[in-house]
Amino acid sequence: MSTYDAGLLADAGILLLGALSVYIILATGQLSLGNAGFMGIGAYITSYLTVIVGVPVTAALLLAGLASGIIGVVAGFPALRLRGIYLAMATLGFGEMVRSFFLNFDAVGGAGGFHGMTHISVGYIWAWAIGILLLVMVLERSRVWLEMRAVHDDETVAGLLGLNTTVTKVAAFGAGAAVAAISGGLFAHHHVYIEPGNFGFERSIDFVLAVILGGSTVAPGALVGAMLLVLLPEMLRFISDWRLAAFGTLLIVVLLVRRQGILDRSLFQWTKLRSRPT
Amino acid sequence: MIYQQLVNGLTLGAVYTLIALSFSLVMGILGILNLAIAELFMIGGYLGFTVVLAGLPLPLAIIAGMGGAAVVAGIIEKVGYQPFRDAPVVVPMLSTLGFSIILQNVATNTWGSDPLQLFDEPLGARFAVGPVSVSEMQLLVLGATIVLVALLGYIVQRTSLGRALRAVAENRDVARLLGVSASRLTLLAFMLSGALAGAAGVLIGLHYAAITPYIGVEIGLKAIAVMVIGGTTRIWGALAAGPLIGIAEVMTVAYGGSQVRDFVVYGLMIAVLLLRPQGILGGARTDRGQRV
Repeated sequence: MSTYDAGLLADAGILLLGALSVYIILATGQLSLGNAGFMGIGAYITSYLTVIVGVPVTAALLLAGLASGIIGVVAGFPALRLRGIYLAMATLGFGEMVRSFFLNFDAVGGAGGFHGMTHISVGYIWAWAIGILLLVMVLERSRVWLEMRAVHDDETVAGLLGLNTTVTKVAAFGAGAAVAAISGGLFAHHHVYIEPGNFGFERSIDFVLAVILGGSTVAPGALVGAMLLVLLPEMLRFISDWRLAAFGTLLIVVLLVRRQGILDRSLFQWTKLRSRPT
Repeated sequence: MIYQQLVNGLTLGAVYTLIALSFSLVMGILGILNLAIAELFMIGGYLGFTVVLAGLPLPLAIIAGMGGAAVVAGIIEKVGYQPFRDAPVVVPMLSTLGFSIILQNVATNTWGSDPLQLFDEPLGARFAVGPVSVSEMQLLVLGATIVLVALLGYIVQRTSLGRALRAVAENRDVARLLGVSASRLTLLAFMLSGALAGAAGVLIGLHYAAITPYIGVEIGLKAIAVMVIGGTTRIWGALAAGPLIGIAEVMTVAYGGSQVRDFVVYGLMIAVLLLRPQGILGGARTDRGQRV
């Protein structure tokens, strides 16, 4: 495997985690357009811990995930007042605020960026990515996930059934923020240089695109979406200058032809022990 | 000094107002965030630039920018909105994102990724009004914005077309039962919104005397904040929020450093969403949005 291919694979693993962070929040019916903000928080905390404090990478990632998760819960509480597109716009604002904060925060380099991290292997990135993907898939079989889907389908009914929808929504936000932070920490230690511009609106949009293209109702959809998003521009290389336009067109075509994404729940029916009539 | 900043802020605010109105026409009537508006603004700017570089008069540049952007907006409505009008709000938002990617790529390939510059600044003459120096270009930006907003106001408030638009905004299904052709009106809303974005693009391109294919994202996101601060259900909120943000931004740059600027603008946007979701001017509550 060439260094270039390894780089692509690493990017796909990092994008998979970012996509999963959106997926977890989306499972409760909330769309976040600001997960790059949490990714940035994770990237800076992890890098600060490994470079300045001297914490090992794995421990730093866990700490960053925890810190970002707490920030996610704190940010998630006021966000409970907002729904749908308004929540999406508020998260967009949050992401831009985080980017702007790091641009002004000179303790971690400000606009000049931050460096000095030690490079990590592709295998390490994918160990995290697959680990968290499996964790989410196990979670999907649990009661907790059923409650999340209930909130997604109809929040009022879920509340009437006695579910604590507030806890479910805020917890999803916190979990998503933690996963995004880990993705950011891995990004920082893969590229060994970060700047606030790495964590802008386009990055948040990439996460959402991966989830929607791959399929937003099953966790492996994020894997398919992330691979597609990284590999497609490479495969379209033969049309060189126009490959972004081709990518945009493909996005619209996929939405037109298969709105639920490439993978959906019906494809996974055979894994269930009992088959239900469709 | 402070008056000078006020004038500069108003000019920037005028452009924000136009783009925010463009967002809020589609948002207020259809509840859709059309992300391609940011790039329609950029395309409009390039079309205007092309006309000016060809040595043709300025009004023609504005018309070309508006017309071109309106046509593209019409195509976006047909391909990127109509098929998805019953889908969750995130789907049409992503299809318009697909169009943004295409438009940016088309602009980069047509005009190059380096900034395009005007060497002899059009309307560079400046007047001194008391302590303030105003350029002809700033007057054009302000004047054109006032004319366009008045025109939009006339269409929305005084014509039968506008009444139909407001009816669809109120309740799409009831409007259709009453004989309003909703699909024709959504096309109209998209095209009007595209024309406004295109005009804003021409104005800011000429004002800065330079344009790049990446101008859309930054100003477009800022315009979303302006729309939210003005209130998303009432399109006129943008009239107050645009100048407010324009002035706030120029003031923070002048007195607080250019980097805090975005922090202030988006912070204000979140504060408005949380504390006063109906926008600074009030109006109907807006936080009961559609679920994703």
